Amino acid sequence: MATPVVKSRPKNLNLLTIRLPLSGIVSIFHRISGALLFLLGIPLLLAMLQGSLANAESFSHWGALLTTPLVKLVLFALLWSFLHHFCAGIRFLLLDIHVGVKIEAARKSSLWVMVVSLFLTLVAGVMLW
Amino acid sequence: MGHGGKPIPNAGSGGDAVVNRIAVGAHYGLKDWLVQRVSAVVMAVYSVGFALCVLPRMPYGFDSWRALFAPAWSKIAALLFIAALLVHAWIGVRDIFMDYIKPMGIRLTLQIGVILALLVYGLWAITILWSF
Repeated sequence: MATPVVKSRPKNLNLLTIRLPLSGIVSIFHRISGALLFLLGIPLLLAMLQGSLANAESFSHWGALLTTPLVKLVLFALLWSFLHHFCAGIRFLLLDIHVGVKIEAARKSSLWVMVVSLFLTLVAGVMLW
Repeated sequence: MGHGGKPIPNAGSGGDAVVNRIAVGAHYGLKDWLVQRVSAVVMAVYSVGFALCVLPRMPYGFDSWRALFAPAWSKIAALLFIAALLVHAWIGVRDIFMDYIKPMGIRLTLQIGVILALLVYGLWAITILWSF
């Protein structure tokens, strides 16, 4: 019978000393943005859909609400969450079909995810502000 | 994705590998993995299509905004998006729970809460879309 191999390799799980590679940052942001979209995004989306479709009064009420700075900040956070989740998700789908799996391409695509999602958030932000 | 069932070597009397399955774990198959990707593609197609339809015609008044969701096919497309969103959210949130919430009771309670919330969201979406 084979004897079990005892693993005693060093572990470092200290979050303050771990330096995540960019693709790791994209990955954890994918999770954080997903959680944000679930907690805040879905209920807010449905509330806005209902408010904007119910009647003309609630339509203008919600329109006015969306011009307050605090609500705008929340919307930007959600907009970034959506765009990051979208771009990172497309990258993951491509990785699934073996596009860009090599380390150089994977690094480059994770940089693209960060740049494109921030850029689109900025563009949408300027348009909506 | 999530934790696989860990085989316990030589656990059975005949030395069969017994898989230690957890009731609040994943369903140990390709299904969830695939559903997560299919729902992602459905949402991506709807989002891009919606943005292409809506953004060039900004800004909207109440009547033009309502007209956008008036046709039956538009309601069905929106509901399809929301259904994909709810399924996608369930798998994603469940994966987060499986990674960070270890005690079975707490995890199960949270999972039930999330399922109920998502069901309510789905029913709410139907009433919003078909109320006019």
